[in-house]
Amino acid sequence: MEHNIYIYIAIMALVTYAIRVLPLTLIRKEIKNPFIRSFLYYVPYTTLAVMTFPAILQETQTPAAGALALGVGVATAWRGMSLFHVACCCCAVVFIVEFIMVP
Amino acid sequence: MMQILTKNIDSVYTNNASSNTAAFRQGLHDGIPIGLGYFAVAFSLGIICRSSGLSVFQGFLTSLLNNTSAGEFAAITLIGQNASYTEIALVTLIANARYMLMSCALSQRLSTVQSFIHRLAMAFAVTDELFGIAISRPGVLNPYYYYGGMAVAIPGWSIGTASGIIAGAALPDRIVSALSVALFGMFLAIIIPPARESRIILTVVITSFIASFAATYMQPLAQLTGGTRTIILTVVIAAAAAWLRPVQSQQKEA
Repeated sequence: MEHNIYIYIAIMALVTYAIRVLPLTLIRKEIKNPFIRSFLYYVPYTTLAVMTFPAILQETQTPAAGALALGVGVATAWRGMSLFHVACCCCAVVFIVEFIMVP
Repeated sequence: MMQILTKNIDSVYTNNASSNTAAFRQGLHDGIPIGLGYFAVAFSLGIICRSSGLSVFQGFLTSLLNNTSAGEFAAITLIGQNASYTEIALVTLIANARYMLMSCALSQRLSTVQSFIHRLAMAFAVTDELFGIAISRPGVLNPYYYYGGMAVAIPGWSIGTASGIIAGAALPDRIVSALSVALFGMFLAIIIPPARESRIILTVVITSFIASFAATYMQPLAQLTGGTRTIILTVVIAAAAAWLRPVQSQQKEA
């Protein structure tokens, strides 16, 4: 089945806006249920971690470059560098490794 | 207690035109590093948009309307695989579920008299970084401060995406390959610092890495699309963590 890209975009935008606007307008109260609170608290860490690895190995021309970028990204983020710096360091590592390894 | 009350009342009453302008300026100022970072990372998102077949305008529109990194990344990758509309809705929901917590927290920081329109407008761009600068402001949050941040962050993100799509065609493979990891760098910058502070978050991150690796290469999960795998793993791991280590209700979200 062919899908329309504008429908895809509309679905993404509506779902995202609903997630953000409902607590700001209708709910307004704190979520009290400890399980739901905890679940929502852990979701970003799991989802971002799942999306990062092993995808980072497949994104680059050689998996070694992705693996090194992951290591450097973790190390720089661990040391508290900003989002911008961490992202730049990852890019630099991939560029250097591929410059050496990929003819 | 009394002190807090007076402070809140003060901020409500000083919500006049000149202080709104000042708040907007301050928001612009604090938003500049965010806008720059977004531009760089969105550039890499643009490269992914391109390989998924999105035009420059479509990529720009997606970023303008969504303002999410993980959500857009997950959904756009799936669009490239001709995924169903349901799958797109689900993966967007899961990847962006964290904004629900942030919006709840933000909602507590607005004055109760703050109009509905302000809440509708701010909800447009609840992101990790804008939430971060807003929540670190003392007292009641002035929406104009938030608009100042949005005024640099949103163009940074959407123009960055469009630029990535345009440049993706012109740049050599080496550069494209290097830039494509910027988004992962951003994800790491979000999850690693809290993992350093909390043992349980560190455990959750490591478990997610291992489970994701296993699911990508092992049957039967390897047969699923990347998006469905992300949904299943996220729900299972986050639910297990919530069940084993519930967050204390008084714990501050940030």
